[in-house]
Amino acid sequence: MTVLAPARDIALSVEQVGVQFGGLVALSGLNFVVGEGEIVSLIGPNGAGKTTAFNIMTGFLDPTKGTVKYRGTGLNGLKPHQVADLGLIRTFQRTSVFPRDTVFDNVLIGLHRQGRVPLLDALLGLPRARSSERAQRERAAELIRWVGLEARANDLAGSLSYGEQRLVGVALALAAQPSMLLLDEPVSGMNASETHSFVELIRSIRDRGVTILLVEHDMPMVMSVSDRIVVLNYGRIIAEGPPDAIRNDPAVIEAYLGQGAQRA
Amino acid sequence: MKRVVGLICVLAFASVPLWLRDPYLLNALITTGIFIIGAMSLNLLLGFTGQLSLGHVAFFGIGAYVSSLTALGFDVGLFGDVHVVHTPWPPIVGFVLAIIVAGCCGYLVGRLSFRVRGAYFVIVTISFAEVVRLVALNWVELTQGPLALNNIPSIAIGLPGMGDLVLRTKLQNYYLVLVVAVIAYVLIARLVHSHYGRAMRGLMENETLAVAVGIDVTRTLTLAAVISAGIAGAAGSLYAHYIRIIDPDIFAFINTVTMVIMVVSGGKGSLAGPVVGGVIFGLLPVVLRPIMPPEAQWISYGCVLILILFVLPRGIVPSLAERLMQVRARIARPVVASSIAKERA
Amino acid sequence: MNQLLQHLINTLVLGGTYALLGIGLTLIFGIMNVVNFTHGILYTFGAYMMFIVVHQFGINFFLAIPLAIAAGWLLGAAIDFVLLRPLRGSDIDTTMLVMIGAWIAMQSGALWIWGGVAKSISNPFPDAPLVLGPVSVSWVRLFVLAAAALLIVISYGLINRTKLGRAMRATFQDHDTAALMGVNVGWIYTSTFAIGSSLAAAAGALLGPVYVVFPQMGDLAAVKAFAIVILGGLGNITGAVIGGFILALAEELGAGYVSSGYRDAMGFLIIIAVLIVKPTGLFARAERVG
Repeated sequence: MTVLAPARDIALSVEQVGVQFGGLVALSGLNFVVGEGEIVSLIGPNGAGKTTAFNIMTGFLDPTKGTVKYRGTGLNGLKPHQVADLGLIRTFQRTSVFPRDTVFDNVLIGLHRQGRVPLLDALLGLPRARSSERAQRERAAELIRWVGLEARANDLAGSLSYGEQRLVGVALALAAQPSMLLLDEPVSGMNASETHSFVELIRSIRDRGVTILLVEHDMPMVMSVSDRIVVLNYGRIIAEGPPDAIRNDPAVIEAYLGQGAQRA
Repeated sequence: MKRVVGLICVLAFASVPLWLRDPYLLNALITTGIFIIGAMSLNLLLGFTGQLSLGHVAFFGIGAYVSSLTALGFDVGLFGDVHVVHTPWPPIVGFVLAIIVAGCCGYLVGRLSFRVRGAYFVIVTISFAEVVRLVALNWVELTQGPLALNNIPSIAIGLPGMGDLVLRTKLQNYYLVLVVAVIAYVLIARLVHSHYGRAMRGLMENETLAVAVGIDVTRTLTLAAVISAGIAGAAGSLYAHYIRIIDPDIFAFINTVTMVIMVVSGGKGSLAGPVVGGVIFGLLPVVLRPIMPPEAQWISYGCVLILILFVLPRGIVPSLAERLMQVRARIARPVVASSIAKERA
Repeated sequence: MNQLLQHLINTLVLGGTYALLGIGLTLIFGIMNVVNFTHGILYTFGAYMMFIVVHQFGINFFLAIPLAIAAGWLLGAAIDFVLLRPLRGSDIDTTMLVMIGAWIAMQSGALWIWGGVAKSISNPFPDAPLVLGPVSVSWVRLFVLAAAALLIVISYGLINRTKLGRAMRATFQDHDTAALMGVNVGWIYTSTFAIGSSLAAAAGALLGPVYVVFPQMGDLAAVKAFAIVILGGLGNITGAVIGGFILALAEELGAGYVSSGYRDAMGFLIIIAVLIVKPTGLFARAERVG
């Protein structure tokens, strides 16, 4: 599979990655890069290995073979919080929030990386600690406004609708100061207008310099938002390129429709 | 608002010895206060970090023994003719050492908890406490075993220019315990409302999400364990220098259960919970003493724990707070309804 | 050498009853995922039942044992019915704390009813021990070993050869699927708790006559049961039997060659040691019960 070299610096590179669970080969020979500031989507039929690929790119799973590097630093063997410290932040499809906390507190928790103060300062209530708290609270309010949830800021995250919880998840992720954001099926369960707003949100996040990779099933959404699309099937990349190229790629069409056609 | 309520409570507690003359009740209040400090520290682990550690009494007891042995001195033979001899130091030093040593033990528990989770963690913490108890019982050369360490000196505070103030009377100990309790409460409150406390809460609520935003599980759990253990050690030290005699029974599982009942009934995850639960269950034996033998009292405590878990699972303080919010909402509703009616008209 | 042989004989006797304790808890913990803090109290209950049946009702010793076991079964079923049924689906912490509350209440009840003074149960065996060459073993202990072995065999049979056992095994693997296949999971849980409790009561009924009976006797038994389950793996009956003997051996050798005061520490030390090295228990959760 030829790796398209974008005319920009490489953010994430997946090099010859293979993942095996006992006898089951989930991924093999995975090779692709994501350039700084790109929006790349990872798609494929059910069981293609998208979730596994996502997990190895976010430090939640170690590949059996190959390496994943972010801005030159290898991710193999790192714990998820160490991966987050590199600036690689992911969202979750299910359980994307802290359900028993308010939306505001959710985002505050997300500001963990930014809000570090020395323990003694916090315990003694020193002015340094208090001004850091104030700054964090302002930032949290700003992020909540940005995703459009200020009306729900004091509601328990668990009481929000599915789509709203995803937005909280994004605000949380943004709070963690990502230089690259990995979104796990972000619009699943959203209606058309919510999806449309979300696409706008993703674009504005990218415009602030954040590289974005997303895994998704919603084809129109993927086509409209991506710079490049990578298609997986049976654990391998079967196509890679801009949306127009993928739309008409025979291998992709066969992967999605072919099984049905063969059965008929 | 909360600050005002807190200040009023502290003043109320501070005023008690001025009108309460019964030494028996005062004694009960002092030991209750000590157990409340222990319960608050357990709440940090149980309620704010989600770790059900049932070996908490180990830190309490270790604090008591460290403080006592520091103040009494000891002479133990290690192996062969090698002896470790310690001459007595001022009890206040013992207090500080109790916090440090207990905190170190908390560090060990913290590191362990990263690897062992869930029900097994509970079992390990119980086992740890029991091993400590058996060591205290059998290492007679150091701890006097079941014969107990006695004549433990009271804590003395050096006042500049006035010599030492030895805190021997009930009145003095009451205020000492109150001061330590308030300090502990404030420390825990500040911790919980800081970025560290939010990390603990995140781990408790949704660990997978928490690590994805950069929260380090080991460090957070260890921090909670160290601070929790240190405060429990302080409580143990206060106990030793007040009661002035301690034996391995201090490590009895029943003491952990007492603190657990205080936390769970008062409301785990709420700062005031252990105080409310502590006052109730610390003073209940006093109230029930004339009507029930101790065995019957414990039957009722067991039943009360079960009842609370069934009926008020979040504990007294959070349930009351929720009730209060509902009442406020109901009061606000007629205003909303009438303004909607006006709009329609 | 003779001392070693004596220790081994004692291990066999003790191990058999420990195995019963372990099997009971591994079933409950494994199938129901309940951290059963009342297991020790059931042990105590079995011993007190023996005391009452033999000394207050004057019933034959050998008849008293199945009666005590049946009483344990009933108490277990009652505990599940009253306390655990309403909590099905709650988080493990809540259930654990409820079990602790029940334990405190029941132990205090025992203390209240019978007092703290230890009682002994007379047995119909001759006092003089059986001497086999260099080792001696009392007749009552031999009987305990035989009875424990019989109960272990019955447990195996129950789990592996009966319809109830098959339903329990299915629930252990996946209780949702088992429910879909027509298993009444609620009753299986009650049965499991009752059976596990009866085994604990059996251990108490057998060891009561060997030692003495007092309200706190179950506390140590409870922790030992947990140690055995951690050693042998959740839901693993064979593991529980092996674990029971390993613990007994560690205690005997520890008491004999190190220090008798730390005898009871063996169980705790094993727990800590195993879980530090293998945080998920010595054997992974059993693929299947039995």
